[in-house]
Amino acid sequence: MDLLAFAAERRAEIAALAAEHVVLVLVATAIALAVGLPLGIAMTRSPRVARPVLAVVNVAQTIPSLALFGFLIPVPLIGGVGARSAIVALAAYALLPIVRNTYTGILQVDRAVVEAATGMGMTGGQRLRLVELPLALPVILAGVRVATVISVGTATIAAAIGAGGLGTYVFRGLATVDTRLILAGAIPAAALALGADALLGAVQRARRPARAAGLLALAAAAALAVLQAPALRPAAPAVVVGSKNFTEQVVLGEVLGALLEEKGFRVQRRLNLGGTTLCHAALRAGEIALYVEYTGTALTEILKRPGSSDPVRVYDEVASAYAELGLRVSRPLGFDNSYALVVRPSVAAERGLRTISDLARHARDLRVGLFGEFLEREDGMAGLTKAYGFRFARPPVEMDLGLLYPALASGQVDVAVGSATDGLIAAMDLVVLEDDRRYFPPYDAVVVMNVERLAEHPGIEAAVDALAGRLDAPTMRRLNHAVDGEHRSPAEVAREFLGTAGVVRP
Amino acid sequence: MAVVELRDVSKRYASGVLALDRVGFAVESGRVLVLLGTSGSGKTTALKTVNGLVTPEAGEVTVLGRRVAAWDGVELRRRIGYVIQEVGLLPHLTVRENVELVPRLLGWPPERRQERSRELLALVGLQPERHGEAAPSQLSGGERQRVGLARALAADPPLLLMDEPFGALDPLTRRRLQDEFKDLQRRLGKTVLLVTHDVPEALRLADEVVVMDLGRVVQSGPPAAVRAAPEPGFVADFFRAALA
Repeated sequence: MDLLAFAAERRAEIAALAAEHVVLVLVATAIALAVGLPLGIAMTRSPRVARPVLAVVNVAQTIPSLALFGFLIPVPLIGGVGARSAIVALAAYALLPIVRNTYTGILQVDRAVVEAATGMGMTGGQRLRLVELPLALPVILAGVRVATVISVGTATIAAAIGAGGLGTYVFRGLATVDTRLILAGAIPAAALALGADALLGAVQRARRPARAAGLLALAAAAALAVLQAPALRPAAPAVVVGSKNFTEQVVLGEVLGALLEEKGFRVQRRLNLGGTTLCHAALRAGEIALYVEYTGTALTEILKRPGSSDPVRVYDEVASAYAELGLRVSRPLGFDNSYALVVRPSVAAERGLRTISDLARHARDLRVGLFGEFLEREDGMAGLTKAYGFRFARPPVEMDLGLLYPALASGQVDVAVGSATDGLIAAMDLVVLEDDRRYFPPYDAVVVMNVERLAEHPGIEAAVDALAGRLDAPTMRRLNHAVDGEHRSPAEVAREFLGTAGVVRP
Repeated sequence: MAVVELRDVSKRYASGVLALDRVGFAVESGRVLVLLGTSGSGKTTALKTVNGLVTPEAGEVTVLGRRVAAWDGVELRRRIGYVIQEVGLLPHLTVRENVELVPRLLGWPPERRQERSRELLALVGLQPERHGEAAPSQLSGGERQRVGLARALAADPPLLLMDEPFGALDPLTRRRLQDEFKDLQRRLGKTVLLVTHDVPEALRLADEVVVMDLGRVVQSGPPAAVRAAPEPGFVADFFRAALA
């Protein structure tokens, strides 16, 4: 009932996200058809190209979507942050079933029928249009059906690159440990997939599949026109604010957005982008004008330089290296979002855990949960175990950031690697182990900005500077908790903070 | 005047098999020439050199007064009615659409096409109202062959090529269709090149029989003459086996 009430309350937003979702899928499928159909036909005409083309579309489908987005962000015209990249990626995934089915569909047409058509005096084009395509249609339609259903599912990933769609709820829900949000995104997406499957299935079984397919295409075009393609509107000359895909980042994105709006800028939000690498690529390409980064992350992960435990040195090094990339770094916002090793209070009490050094003695029988990034990073798991000289008996359990705290609370893991400002630490009364050897480098939050975009919108830097030193760790933890624990919207929490902090009028 | 003439036509397939070995014959206007032979004799290959589906390596094929090599293939095939056993009808089109196919390719207006298809379906003994909107798969074998003939006649071509047109029918239906065809051919005055392995059919329909074996013409002449004096060897054996 809770979920139903929630969905009813948000129905307008859910409908808008579903509309974006449908637009993404329709446009991507249309492009895949426009490319894949001629490609499949060409392959039947010159068999020598068939094998290499099939190999290429096969490979396209195996590229992980986030990696594909990473490639696309700096690409002009088809790339960038937003719907275009998402559509290109979705179309690339939809290509394989369409190309393959067009190719095999035409090849399986009885050669005798084709020869009869030639014997009747058909030209190559007439044979294709009147005989081969109609007879291959059921197979081609099966390919379109598969492609569409895959697209509906994959389009949830589009949220990672700021293209909207129902994935926005899924990602936001994962980031804020809000099951209702996840379901409010996932259930309509699943319903869309089933609906698309049923619709295309009906077309396949229709007495005249060609006519049914034509009608469906018309209906799809009409739907596209009605939905007005909100995801496709050309980027307005607005200031684009980005954020990574976890609660704190979304809240900070909303803080920056509200602050700039208050100063009279038109703001476009591209929040919940899929990770540090994506955000940085988007910032460098100018696809987003600014987002909040952490000095330690910038130094080790983006700049690939050795870490340091001196916050001032880290800040200076990052600021000067960023300047060379055409990026500017604001003064620190006031909190240090370092990694935190977090345990349940009962575990801390039973084993007398206060510092990470204490943990080292019990590492053999504790299970640790962490998110993928931490395993990969220079300053992550490998460095940590080396610095403290311990080793967990079992390999760490890798999971999404949003699933980490529920796993810790339910006892599936004993130690979670989170961040120092996670709102759930306060909300769940968890114990943060002290980094007594000062292994983790400083992660001072700073706003990073694209210099070109700053020049286009003078005044951003001054506005952002008003935030310097205004956000300490307890404040940030409180804001995070308001979202994670109290399930309030990040936008509302951000506006409230700006009001009470006196940065802008409440 | 010969509507179709083959002179010393040879064709070797990619597999190395010699499908046609210096084949020659002529079909006079308004006459029925039957190419008779067992499977693999090259009779269908010879037929396909006439509408350009097979291009010979040597020799010359002349159709309607012009060498096939000089014809535009599409242009040529639209002047020739083509009847094939079974697979000839397009399975995704109705009977009427099949019959109207060539007129449609020729750009006839819809009313004229419809009028023509009704006329032709009636001519081959089908009911336009009952059979016109059916799918080929809903018809009996005999009805399908009638539709195939109607389609070949649709654009009123002077020449018909028929490849085993009555092959997949039961003996009674085959006999009836053969009689009707012969009658129709005489009335319409079409020139016909027909391929079959069925000796009685050849004798019944042909004005001229050309017997082929292993890519060669082994005997030709009026049916009565061939029947009366088959060449010793293949032709004699073939006739004896078939007419026993």
